[in-house]
Amino acid sequence: MKELLAKILSKYPAGKKEGLLPILQEIQKQQGFLPEELLSEVGKYLNLPANKVHGVAAFYDQFRFRPLGQTHFKICRGTACHLYGSSNYLSELEKQLKVKAGGTSRDRKFSLEITNCLGACESAPVLQVNDKYYPHVTPEELAKIIRSFKEKTE
Amino acid sequence: MQFNIEINNQQYSAKRGETIKNVLDRIGIHVPTLCYMNGFSPTGGCRMCIVEVEGIGELVPSCSHLVTEWMKIKTHSPRVLKSRKVLVELLLASHPDDCLYCERSGNCGLQDLAAEMNIKERKYQGRRQKIQIDNACPSIVRDPAKCVLCGRCIRVCDEMIGVSAIDVIGRGTDSRIGTSYNKGLNTQTCVKCGQCIMVCPTAALSEKSNFHAVIEALGNPELFPVVQFSPTVPASIAEDFNIKASKDILNLLRAALKKIGFRQVFDASMAADLLIMEEAAGFIERLNKGDNLPMFTSCCPSWVSFVAESKPTFLPFLSTTCSPQQIMGRLIKNYIASSAGQKSENVFVVSVMPCTAKKYEADRDRMKDGSSRNVDAVITTRELVKMIRLLGIDFANLEPEPSDTAFGMRSSSGNLFGISGGHLEGLIRTINHMMTGQEMSTIKISELRGLKNKKEVKVKVGKTLLNVVAVSGLANAKTLVEDIESRRETYQIVEVMACPNGCINGGGQKLGSDEKNLKSRMKALYDVDDEEMIKVAHKNPIITDLYDKFLAKPGSERNKELLHVSRLKSATT
Repeated sequence: MKELLAKILSKYPAGKKEGLLPILQEIQKQQGFLPEELLSEVGKYLNLPANKVHGVAAFYDQFRFRPLGQTHFKICRGTACHLYGSSNYLSELEKQLKVKAGGTSRDRKFSLEITNCLGACESAPVLQVNDKYYPHVTPEELAKIIRSFKEKTE
Repeated sequence: MQFNIEINNQQYSAKRGETIKNVLDRIGIHVPTLCYMNGFSPTGGCRMCIVEVEGIGELVPSCSHLVTEWMKIKTHSPRVLKSRKVLVELLLASHPDDCLYCERSGNCGLQDLAAEMNIKERKYQGRRQKIQIDNACPSIVRDPAKCVLCGRCIRVCDEMIGVSAIDVIGRGTDSRIGTSYNKGLNTQTCVKCGQCIMVCPTAALSEKSNFHAVIEALGNPELFPVVQFSPTVPASIAEDFNIKASKDILNLLRAALKKIGFRQVFDASMAADLLIMEEAAGFIERLNKGDNLPMFTSCCPSWVSFVAESKPTFLPFLSTTCSPQQIMGRLIKNYIASSAGQKSENVFVVSVMPCTAKKYEADRDRMKDGSSRNVDAVITTRELVKMIRLLGIDFANLEPEPSDTAFGMRSSSGNLFGISGGHLEGLIRTINHMMTGQEMSTIKISELRGLKNKKEVKVKVGKTLLNVVAVSGLANAKTLVEDIESRRETYQIVEVMACPNGCINGGGQKLGSDEKNLKSRMKALYDVDDEEMIKVAHKNPIITDLYDKFLAKPGSERNKELLHVSRLKSATT
């Protein structure tokens, strides 16, 4: 992990805090989340206190502090999806996957995330599983999707 | 450039570059504030200080809005008052209703605002955040449920102390003030100085109390409770009980501590004298060898903790002496106890400090076997005031009690430790005596006095010219350390205190202390130096007696175990 970090950091000038967000994005892209030990290293490199690095990262929805599950669910809670009842979808997902929004299940099989908008309002309500979008999801379809991924990971 | 502005239909003159609040302060119009702190950059976050300005649609925060010519301002118009009230009501919406049981009841910024806005009922019911109390740190407790997100603690930690141990986590309604990865404050870069407590308007930050441990020990017939107090305590206590910080206050404090039930009362200034002797000897050795210079003082636990955490390469430059608190504790347990006919394990040493970091320091410094502590409990000046009130002691009308212990003598040098620059002043007096065999011609070093963050002076000791500096406010020390690292500055001795102006402004002092308080505490310490007979540590008869009977000569190997620490083994005592 250290080598990976060194490679990312080498692209940005040391001590310049402008590099913080792109560095964090790259770490997340490679690791799927922001590991604690890397954040303090980033802080050292940019001459920022570790708490400030974490504070900035915690501001943005895009950053995660726990590893993703094997299957990653994203439920859209934008206005259009909300009007189609996505809050019910969210509670159903939490119940079925036994994981709270923003979290990862203990066996690391599932993770669930709320996103503010997936940019596909015409297809509301939208669910994203790993890289695939599921447009116009109905409650029955949701149950089916969850069931199929549960079977897949067993 | 001067121009006129109109405030509440009256004309006043203002200068370009001033904020509206600057002008209001000058002409004596009060607007409520929450996030505003004098001397810090305004954030305009709490909106409590909003005023109405003609021609601007929305209300503007007076703390950050600059005045312009012919501006017409209304500070208490119905619209302003209504908005302020709603703001406070919204803050109360998610605040616990436990004022009766709250640490800060009667001394709370939020309570004051609610009273000022005449709020009589809970108008909004907000979502309560369920975040655990963080009490893993031996000095500071964080209760995020009581936090109003004003951000004052963050700015103090960033700008004044420079360690950024806390920050805003999350966003919008989820935002809270916390530590990275939600870990306890004890795992962070926090140096336990307690300055965040001093600026917190509510009970979201408070000291970890040892109040009950002390009360319990006082009631335990098997224990022999003794107490030591820091030189700044007498003057601070005087403020709380509205009496003048005169000479008598020291004896009043002794009387109060005796009334509380302590069997013996020690002035930690005496331990500071001993520290000066050891540190002076240690410094002269470094000077002769020419290594590990500049020597940094090590009496401030927050500073020592900062070096250990963030600048470990500077550890060898720290003086090896323990802090006065720990020297006193070690002396009591190892020497004084037996001379009072007590077993050291039965002696319960309490110290009263203007400091929260001392709690942490005492926690780290254990006796040789590692099980028992040299100082058993540390209470802050605030906790002592509570204790005096709880036990119904009429402080102002006590019969002053002179020192009765054999260790009551102190020099005014040891007493000066309470203020930034004072430690250095006392130390130089003794270094001068050790190096030249003579006293300094003028004993007062006025360049090291006053309320300034950095005080430096070149002193001639014999044929040697010493360049010394006293710096306070840890952020300033950080800058100085960087300057020394890059060899922009060369000093022989550097005194560091984490709190601005030193212990008189410590994190365990009275909440809401202002500059007037600081000045009177400072004056009290300087007055002692003017009035007392013994002004140098090496003339304190107790100290000479200790060296004759119990200790080897200053700086020698035999004293190491009792008065020094190995910075590599235990960096924080």
